[in-house]
Amino acid sequence: MSDLTEGFAAAFRLLFGFDADLWEIIVLSLEVNLAAVALSCLIGLPLGGALAVYRFRGRRAVIVLVNALMGLPPVVVGLLVYLMLSRSGPLGALNILFTPGAMAIAQAILVTPIVTALTRQIVESLWHDYREQLTSLGSSRRRAIPTLLWDGRTAVLTAILAGFGRAAAEVGAVIIVGGNIAHHTRTMTTAIALETGRGNLALALGLGIVLVTLAIVLNAAAWMVRERSTPEAALVVASR
Amino acid sequence: MEAPSILPLALESISLRHDGQQILDRINMLVARRRTTVVLGPNGAGKSMLLKIAHGLIAPDSGTVRWSGLTGAAAQARQAMVFQKPVLLNRSVLANIVHAVRLQGIARAAAVHRAHTALDYVGLGDMAIRPARSLSGGEQQRLSFARAWARDPEVLFLDEPTASLDPAASWSIEQIILELRREGRTAILSTHDLAMARRLADDLVFLHHGRALEAGPAASLFSDPKTPELTAFLKGELHW
Ligand SMILES: Nc1ncnc2c1ncn2[C@@H]1O[C@H](COP(=O)(O)OP(=O)(O)OP(=O)(O)O)[C@@H](O)[C@H]1O
Ligand SMILES: [Mg+2]
Repeated sequence: MSDLTEGFAAAFRLLFGFDADLWEIIVLSLEVNLAAVALSCLIGLPLGGALAVYRFRGRRAVIVLVNALMGLPPVVVGLLVYLMLSRSGPLGALNILFTPGAMAIAQAILVTPIVTALTRQIVESLWHDYREQLTSLGSSRRRAIPTLLWDGRTAVLTAILAGFGRAAAEVGAVIIVGGNIAHHTRTMTTAIALETGRGNLALALGLGIVLVTLAIVLNAAAWMVRERSTPEAALVVASR
Repeated sequence: MEAPSILPLALESISLRHDGQQILDRINMLVARRRTTVVLGPNGAGKSMLLKIAHGLIAPDSGTVRWSGLTGAAAQARQAMVFQKPVLLNRSVLANIVHAVRLQGIARAAAVHRAHTALDYVGLGDMAIRPARSLSGGEQQRLSFARAWARDPEVLFLDEPTASLDPAASWSIEQIILELRREGRTAILSTHDLAMARRLADDLVFLHHGRALEAGPAASLFSDPKTPELTAFLKGELHW
């Protein structure tokens, strides 16, 4: 009990005393998460859009696969990326194992299926409604993808936030490819996983508080985005 | 409007089945240049399907759609369609038209100028920055009309263009349809509204249960119907 209250007190001292180590970890974590999400969007938005509007053999199989990849276990992704990037691995020459770059790549692999699968759903339902109109206007399928992504922007944004949540919460992948090296690859989740056992309770609790706050903020943001778009969406349904 | 005409349009023995139901049955139709052709018929007769087939949005099961000179996308680029249920993008009134004009490869500034002209044309000039989906049903219909007109088409397909308009707005759309002909354009419109057909039609096709029961100059069909169905329809006694 006193451990806990002591811990919280120390955690708040670190947080609001702007402890350099703690804030360094927070900033690095967010940088890695943002890089991973940006990479995932770069791939997932066009890919999800393409899966929604193009018809080709094996399309269903691809969709099932992407949906399944949403549930990839982070430790497995960490292991695979580790094997790829380790010195004897196929990408060993890049020499980026145990760097923030490696962590961002691993997280991007976890987040990309989420962004892709959710984008595909959103764009496909829009395409169903817009196809004849856009075709009439001379829009090719390819040209329709950015149009549909922009028209579904609120839903797409919630998909991206879901991806961000996944990146921020996972520990299995970054711990393997990052290694929790102090001042270099130590993120919030790896620090909590490894520092707790080493008696660094205040740091772990402080980071835990930040993570929970981040989760709440992300969910609130997603909720507000949906909320803002709902009355309008209802209006659209009513006018059809 | 200076390019060579894609008219006349010939539909030859167009048939369409869906789930074992004959939606269109060997329709023949000829659309002459600068003559307003009205497809008249009760609900469910197949008017919308016929227009979509002529416009190239739906492939018929058999029969051909033959434009003069051009085929495929080149012919479609000279056409525009106003759908029975307008599909508007989730952006401003102006942006909806700009998007449609930009798809023709027109530069942004010119497209914006054209869009403003089109909005003035249908009396929506002061609604340019409103979200398109906040417009009333009739205003959406007029926006949809403006978007089609902004593409400077030679041929306009108008599917029930005044169905959700109040009398004043209907009247102004009818004036615009008459104006289209003076601009050298050709309108093909569907309606179940006898009075409007009488006011606008040069040529008439009477559609009933997917069959073109009568076709020809509107004046002679109105004064001398040959089939009991058209006779009944003209008396307001045939509903479907
Ligand atoms: N997607 C579809 N699947 C199955 N049947 C359809 C589909 N679309 C239309 N139909 C059927 O085809 C027939 C013709 O439909 P269409 O929309 O062309 O009629 P319409 O003459 O335009 O009627 P309205 O005046 O009500 O607009 C109707 O019986 C309709 O139920
Ligand atoms: Mg119809």
